[in-house]
Amino acid sequence: MAQFFGFAKTVMKNLFSKPATTSYPAAPREYPERTRGHVEINIDNCIMCGMCMRSCPPGAIEVKRAENTWSINRFDCIQCGYCVEKCPKKCLSIVPGYQEPQPEKSVDTVVKPVVEEAPKPVAPAATEPKAQEPAAVEEGK
Amino acid sequence: MPKRSVVPFGPQHPVLPEPIHLDLVLEDEHVVEAIPSIGYVHRGLESLVQKKDFNEMVYVTERICGICSFMHGMGYCNAVEQIMNVEVPRRAEYLRTIWAEMSRIHSHLLWLGLLADAFGFESLFMQSWRMREKILDMFEISTGGRVIFSVNKIGGVLKDMPKEMLNQFVSILDGMEKELRETTQIFMDDYTVKSRLVGVGILTEEDAIRRGAVGPMMRASGLAIDMRKTGYAAYDDLDFEIITSKDCDSYARCKVRIEEIFQSIALIRQAVAKIPDTEIAAAVKGFPNGEAFVRFEQPRGEAYYYVRANGTKFLDRMRVRTPTFANLPALTQILQGCQFADVPLLILTIDPCISCTER
Repeated sequence: MAQFFGFAKTVMKNLFSKPATTSYPAAPREYPERTRGHVEINIDNCIMCGMCMRSCPPGAIEVKRAENTWSINRFDCIQCGYCVEKCPKKCLSIVPGYQEPQPEKSVDTVVKPVVEEAPKPVAPAATEPKAQEPAAVEEGK
Repeated sequence: MPKRSVVPFGPQHPVLPEPIHLDLVLEDEHVVEAIPSIGYVHRGLESLVQKKDFNEMVYVTERICGICSFMHGMGYCNAVEQIMNVEVPRRAEYLRTIWAEMSRIHSHLLWLGLLADAFGFESLFMQSWRMREKILDMFEISTGGRVIFSVNKIGGVLKDMPKEMLNQFVSILDGMEKELRETTQIFMDDYTVKSRLVGVGILTEEDAIRRGAVGPMMRASGLAIDMRKTGYAAYDDLDFEIITSKDCDSYARCKVRIEEIFQSIALIRQAVAKIPDTEIAAAVKGFPNGEAFVRFEQPRGEAYYYVRANGTKFLDRMRVRTPTFANLPALTQILQGCQFADVPLLILTIDPCISCTER
């Protein structure tokens, strides 16, 4: 038996209830803990083995052992997490926070700080900031 | 004989987000014949097996379709696991089953929304999609993605769902079920909906067999065939009946899909109650060598994966047969003799996914 005004109950309910949508961006979206937003690296533990570079399906990661750099093209990255799984030192992680749109594709490069094998007694203060400084992510290059 | 004219339908049409082209031969307002042509979104994903290694291909196969992405990944992994004789841990099988059933709920809710939109019931469309949003949130909580999940790997799954999360999901589904009953009741009982669906697009049982229809399309014609009954993943441990209808029309297809949503909720409940506590992935060593053929049930119907490997890290060949492709002959059958105004609706009742079809 077909029914008339079957939707009326839902309409009345919706009229007097809170909207199903949120007023983004006034109320910011909370991402769950597991959201695959972007790949991050803890460069201090990285051994520059290049497993992430070889396993990356779109080829977004580049590891240059000679220059001690790890770089990622965030616009090519598909956030699959395969590099995180493959990393032998578990220094890669995938965390919430998506890449923001930009007019041009950019590559993020992280430089591994050079650790002196035998610290020289002469002027240790001079080597210390040098080791810290390049570890910062150079964005937008 | 009345004058015949050919009206092109698609590849761009308001009712479908994806490109399919049909040449409709009309006699007055009646369709005499429909000639489909596809090939607008071919991406050549199958031939990528020769360029991406077999582990990376999991992420490629997931991208075949945006709705059954999980099941594509699962089908591919099943095929490679069969070749390599990997025994997948039971917990991983259960987790795959839970995610697959969640995919089914979200696919059917999406379809209900699109159907409501096709017959011009905009607010019903929004109601369906509002509920689908909860499933997508559950996917994001458990896998980290809303559309592409990337949790399958050869030998198991990458992420576990702790007990609290599973119980939380069951309670969300319990709450959703009541709302779902209300909304789906409108699809089943409302006068406007019924006048558009009942008796439209008849596909008889013989035609369904002859044209090789699959999935809810076939089950709505009275054939009780469901690949889940073959017992892949954890389906062999779960109790369920195949949902069929004898009405053979668009209304029956809608009814079968609605009942499958409730069946999926029941299956998730069963799986959560029975899930064992084992590892979630088996170690996989070496490269696959041999061939495998896997059949499984997607929300739209039966799909199969054929994989042939040659002992290197690149596969020789991969072939996917998706449900929409199998349903296209049945679509041309139901379009014959229908009203021109019913064409968009009838195309929707097969739940077309053109990206799947063309890969």
